[in-house]
Amino acid sequence: MSIILDHVSHIYEEGMAMEHAALKDINLVIPDGQFIGLIGHTGSGKSTLVQHLNGLLAPTSGNVYYNGADIHEKDFDKKQLRSKVGLVFQYPEHQLFEIDVFSDVCFGPKNLGLDKKEVELRAYAALKQVGIEDEYFYQSPFDLSGGQKRRVAIAGVLAMKPEVLILDEPTAGLDPKGRDEILDQIARLRKETGITVILVSHSMEDVAKYVDRIIVMNQGQIMFDDAPKVVFRHYKELEAVGLAAPQVTYIMQALKEKGLEVDTDITTIEEAKTAILKALRR
Amino acid sequence: MGIVKTDKLVFEYIRRDEEGNVEGITRAVDEVSLDVKQGDFVAILGHNGSGKSTLAKHINAILYPTEGTVFVDGKNTSDESNLWDIRQEAGMVFQNPDNQIIGQVVEEDVGFGPENLGVPTKEIWERVEESLKAVGMYEFRKYSPNKLSGGQKQRVSIAGVIAMHPKCIILDEPTAMLDPNGRKEVIRAVRALNDVEGITVILITHYMEEIIHANKVFVMDKGKIAMEGTPREIFSQVDKLKKLRLDVPQVTLLAHELRESGLPIPEGILTKEELIKALGL
Repeated sequence: MSIILDHVSHIYEEGMAMEHAALKDINLVIPDGQFIGLIGHTGSGKSTLVQHLNGLLAPTSGNVYYNGADIHEKDFDKKQLRSKVGLVFQYPEHQLFEIDVFSDVCFGPKNLGLDKKEVELRAYAALKQVGIEDEYFYQSPFDLSGGQKRRVAIAGVLAMKPEVLILDEPTAGLDPKGRDEILDQIARLRKETGITVILVSHSMEDVAKYVDRIIVMNQGQIMFDDAPKVVFRHYKELEAVGLAAPQVTYIMQALKEKGLEVDTDITTIEEAKTAILKALRR
Repeated sequence: MGIVKTDKLVFEYIRRDEEGNVEGITRAVDEVSLDVKQGDFVAILGHNGSGKSTLAKHINAILYPTEGTVFVDGKNTSDESNLWDIRQEAGMVFQNPDNQIIGQVVEEDVGFGPENLGVPTKEIWERVEESLKAVGMYEFRKYSPNKLSGGQKQRVSIAGVIAMHPKCIILDEPTAMLDPNGRKEVIRAVRALNDVEGITVILITHYMEEIIHANKVFVMDKGKIAMEGTPREIFSQVDKLKKLRLDVPQVTLLAHELRESGLPIPEGILTKEELIKALGL
């Protein structure tokens, strides 16, 4: 059970004056249950890549396999695929439209042709998974706060019972607490259900805190694909392509330069604290 | 009186149901009084729904106070005859660069504002040139805006505001949609405007590390000013900020955690250099 990209390239407007290769020969295996961070500067090919994972875009060349089946084969059920690989776009709250929260979350599963009872059970479970309380179920989604709206939108995708959840910058524009709440809930959900999560993010701090694998995109190619610690060791190369390491990594480097015996590939505050206390005791 | 002054500013809006019946009244800004001096770099923090954007929209007369008054350069924003002066003196930059750029070419976009002010053509070109130089985008003047990165587009938006020769620029989460480099570029450009050109800056953001160079920070909660002080004074209160759904820069948080573990480190560390010094390295 996995998604495999085999020599995938995507060229926009092929053969035209504006021809632009957004993906160049991408090879990627996404096994079940991983929490993956996808980073890269604006225009690096991240969004094009994720749209290949659920068949919204077809590769110009190469193949995409979902659980062993080529998703662009004629008899492949794409509708089924889109319910299994759930994509939450940026600012998903702009896509809310129903008269109340509960109906909005029901919309997806209803379109899968499920019976009413199953639809409602799924909507209920999805709203619980993102931490929306019963009292909000029959309110207009437009009366909720920014963070709540976004969670309702994520619930709408979860109600499809996806095996893979892709979130494109789910925390943009949220206050720090709202950011933590959403990411904590996604981390918990993944732990409880074993769902694969792909988090597209511009926050190196968030990526470092939550994911166990980072894929770095640059100019349509995969630049790094490894554990966060290993990827952030290349902070100079990351900076050259518009990215960075988490702030705390820079702090550790500065401390090391001043002679404190600490690891420089630390990526979270918790690790940094432990390392500094240990080094000072020595 | 400073360049921007609000006196017991209250803004209320009426919530209505689907049929248009009044459901209730929400007080988005609640008796806010603040005074921003010419040349200040002011930051406004606050969780989603705390009233900071509503407050900001009063500064260039997009919204008018329900009660109280707002003065921009001594002019009352509720007096309609001041509207055009206020819009020119206090320029605003929003979150999404794609919603703010209208020109087909960068320099044309930047010239749109002064052209509408009736500035003579020759001077428009001078203004476009100096504005694009001020944000480091002059070499892109002939580009189509949709060929630019988010950070570059946002700097073009800022240039468009500067070309109006404002005394004050208000930025409402200008970096929320940008990658790390884009954020850095925009903040660097904003700081340069403040330092070099002396333009008053009011910056609203959710990124705590962007405001450590501000002269003054206001933290909003429930429409009121909940905290006010220098970045150091504000970021010294980690627990209080967390209660207000906010955060501190990572270096400040690390210093705070080390202090809680018993190390003799002061609160309100803002840079890694300060942390190095505090650790005696």
